[in-house]
Amino acid sequence: MANFRRMNLQYSKSYGFLLLLVFLTIYANAQTPSKVYSADGISVKSYNFEGLRPILERKATDTTYVINFWATWCAPCVAELPNFEKLTTAYPDSKIKVILVSLDFTKQVEKNLLPFLKKKQSKSEVVHLSDPDANSWIDKVDPEWSGAIPATVIYNPSLNLRKFYEQSFTFEALQSELKPFITLP
Amino acid sequence: MKTIQTFGLALLLFVAASFSTPPAGYKVGDVATDFKLKNVDGKMVSLSDYKNAKGFIVIFTCNHCPYAKAYEDRIIALDKMYAPKGYPVIAINPNNPEKQAEDSYALMQQRAREKKFTFPYLFDDGQKIYPQYGATKTPHVFLLQKTAKGNVIKYIGAIDDNHEDPSAVKEKYVEAAVNALLANKSVTPTETKAIGCSIKA
Repeated sequence: MANFRRMNLQYSKSYGFLLLLVFLTIYANAQTPSKVYSADGISVKSYNFEGLRPILERKATDTTYVINFWATWCAPCVAELPNFEKLTTAYPDSKIKVILVSLDFTKQVEKNLLPFLKKKQSKSEVVHLSDPDANSWIDKVDPEWSGAIPATVIYNPSLNLRKFYEQSFTFEALQSELKPFITLP
Repeated sequence: MKTIQTFGLALLLFVAASFSTPPAGYKVGDVATDFKLKNVDGKMVSLSDYKNAKGFIVIFTCNHCPYAKAYEDRIIALDKMYAPKGYPVIAINPNNPEKQAEDSYALMQQRAREKKFTFPYLFDDGQKIYPQYGATKTPHVFLLQKTAKGNVIKYIGAIDDNHEDPSAVKEKYVEAAVNALLANKSVTPTETKAIGCSIKA
């Protein structure tokens, strides 16, 4: 940020160039996790919200994304995780991508999240969201979200379909919600 | 024909079931209901008991939730700071202990003793009050101002903007809101959001 301010002064007249820089910075942030936590063969990328955002806003793909917000300390979240894990094996011919976004406290990722994933032998992609100013990003996930977890977004860019759920899921309920999203091969 | 009708009905039911009704609850400006809930000292507490209060910092919170735990000391500090100024904290545990054993009345009493709560910590027995307020998670704050027409909601949301690190907080939403009310100014923002544990009813 300090560099930015200096550049801002230097190029105060070159607004376009600054804008380009801003975009490049955002783009670069989106590609690079803030931190990668690893232990015992388990590796989890940690993002701030801007870094996570591309996962929630993929474009031009017929994949259905199932994004579940959870945490190891959230009992109903942990209880429903197997239902999300099961999706990938239950629909091998469909393009379904399950991403589990952990909201575990940042200082507890190494102590709680990594050992949990090791124990559960999680097969789904797990990322960590480290952005304590939740008020700045909850509405960007969905304005309907009060902030309680578990919460889930299901979307498919090519079908232009997106739904948000602040609730727990049984496997059957997930299957039922997925019906309109699944493009048969 | 009958098949089509049945199919149509089934479709209608399916569509109706897909739209979950948004949770009812108060918006800023609404008059909040009073209640009569059991405190950890065994006595029943109502907002109307507080004759001299100017308002209330009602916080739905609980024992088990890591977010609630992270905010415990900050809730105590809020009460110490604002009870003398007429805005006491009223904490309510909305969880059903049958779903979350750690939030039982006995364990509420224990927690209140351990942390020397200076405010009432009430048990929403039967989980009847939190749905009227529209609380969805713990902790969830409803700031009320006592007026001629009742206790009006002035702010709904988070305590501040950093659950994880009190020293990194930039915006103290509840403090700013109470300060605004004390200074006869309008509250901004009137609503914020935070991550929290879903209420176990």
